[in-house]
Amino acid sequence: MSEALAAPQIEFHSVSKRYANTAMILEEIDLTILKGEFVSLIGPSGCGKSTVLKLISGLTAPTSGAITVDGMTPKNARESVSYIFQDATLLPWRPVQQNVGLGLELEGASRTSREEKTATLLKLVGLEHVANAYPRELSGGMKMRVSIARALATNPKLLLMDEPFAALDEMSRDRLNEEILRLRAEQKWTAVFVTHSVEEAVFLSTRIIVLAPNPGRIRAIFSVDLPGKRDSALRESPQFDELVTKISRALREVVVQEMVQ
Amino acid sequence: MKQRLITVANAIVVFAALLILWQLVLWTFHVPPFMLPPPVAVARALVARFPSLLASFAITAEESAGGLAASIVFGVLIALVFAQSRWVRRMLYPYTLLLQTVPIVAIAPLILMWVGGGTPAVTLIAFIISLAPVIANTTQGLVSVDENLVHLFLMHNATPAQVLFKLRLPHAVPSLFVGIRIACGIAVIGAITGELYAGSARVGQGGLGYSILYASSQLQTDYLFALVLAAVVLGFAFVFVVMFFEWYFLHKWHASARAPETA
Repeated sequence: MSEALAAPQIEFHSVSKRYANTAMILEEIDLTILKGEFVSLIGPSGCGKSTVLKLISGLTAPTSGAITVDGMTPKNARESVSYIFQDATLLPWRPVQQNVGLGLELEGASRTSREEKTATLLKLVGLEHVANAYPRELSGGMKMRVSIARALATNPKLLLMDEPFAALDEMSRDRLNEEILRLRAEQKWTAVFVTHSVEEAVFLSTRIIVLAPNPGRIRAIFSVDLPGKRDSALRESPQFDELVTKISRALREVVVQEMVQ
Repeated sequence: MKQRLITVANAIVVFAALLILWQLVLWTFHVPPFMLPPPVAVARALVARFPSLLASFAITAEESAGGLAASIVFGVLIALVFAQSRWVRRMLYPYTLLLQTVPIVAIAPLILMWVGGGTPAVTLIAFIISLAPVIANTTQGLVSVDENLVHLFLMHNATPAQVLFKLRLPHAVPSLFVGIRIACGIAVIGAITGELYAGSARVGQGGLGYSILYASSQLQTDYLFALVLAAVVLGFAFVFVVMFFEWYFLHKWHASARAPETA
């Protein structure tokens, strides 16, 4: 691992979060995510997975503790961060091309540089043939690809993904998983990924964090050290299965404990 | 296309049936023509007095269109203010209800006193009563934006102006059109009602409402019916124009504008 990759991208120092008049969502979270990592957060509902992303993006502030992103406050780091939501969140009144260019447009990029960049990205996600279509004409998988292209258009160093493939059928989901890995290999961003699917997490991540609820805290951390290339063959390998089983067990323990309490 | 032809044919059949029923009622109950003129007499009055009918139609159309245009402009501006905060909405929203509930007949004398009779007064009345639906629907559209879209804009360090003009306003356009569609019918009704009270400053020639009042005082019931028919046509024309613009602006991306025959 090179020096640059070992630098921290995100640091949480005993971060707690409580929304007004509710129970503690996250309690005393200490976490360092290094540059170049692909970290998945997994856990039952109410464990604060999405809140972690909101904190990293500065969309909500911690009740106590400190967060730095790229050495800055989350809000100041936004320029190098992109967020992908569970829904594609496209603007229905804009054709695909202009949706992809939205981030650049808001950041004041010139028209020509925008057009160049969106064309490149549409090619990258295999959607150049629908550049002028409106979102309602696209399938769920295609919309999500537009959303990914839009997130990547601003050259992020950090990509936050909140269950981006949860609403898709399994086939589109597997294909997009492979695409995400391919894009990451080319562009080298750091990723924090929230999911409910253990298999998806194992397939994508370099590290998986299992969270427990009430209040949300880190229960277990797994390093994913799988041999060979990450492609569809990997899903059928024994090492893959073994890791999925191990993490599923940890997750089940969290849920059972929750029920006992 | 075939579906539409059938719809039109159905409407014509119903219309013909109504005319026949109308004529039958006249024959059976021997209703005097000044109370209910036969359809033929209405048609004759319509043809004979077409120029003056058309002039009344034009006046009312102008007043309704003026009132509606003012409603759209001011309605959107007010909605933009309302969209700024929940606090502003709580404070000011009740007053839009006032616009809807104020008996226009009761304030018509005031309006006459303030702006004088004729077109300005009637336009103002059409404006007052058609303003509320534009405000209500546009505000709804501006504030009902998906939270994640707002977050998306914030992640790209969007300015408040960018959130308003690139997100909230385009998102509100379909609701704005719902408001305009409701408002246009009300504006026509408002103009005609307004004319009953605010009349016309132009000697000898007023809008449809004024002419209806005049025709009834002269017991020209056949012409009165022709005027009512013209008022109906005017209302329809407004709705169709609005629906055309709605289709023009929305059909590419919004579901509501793609299937008017099911609306």
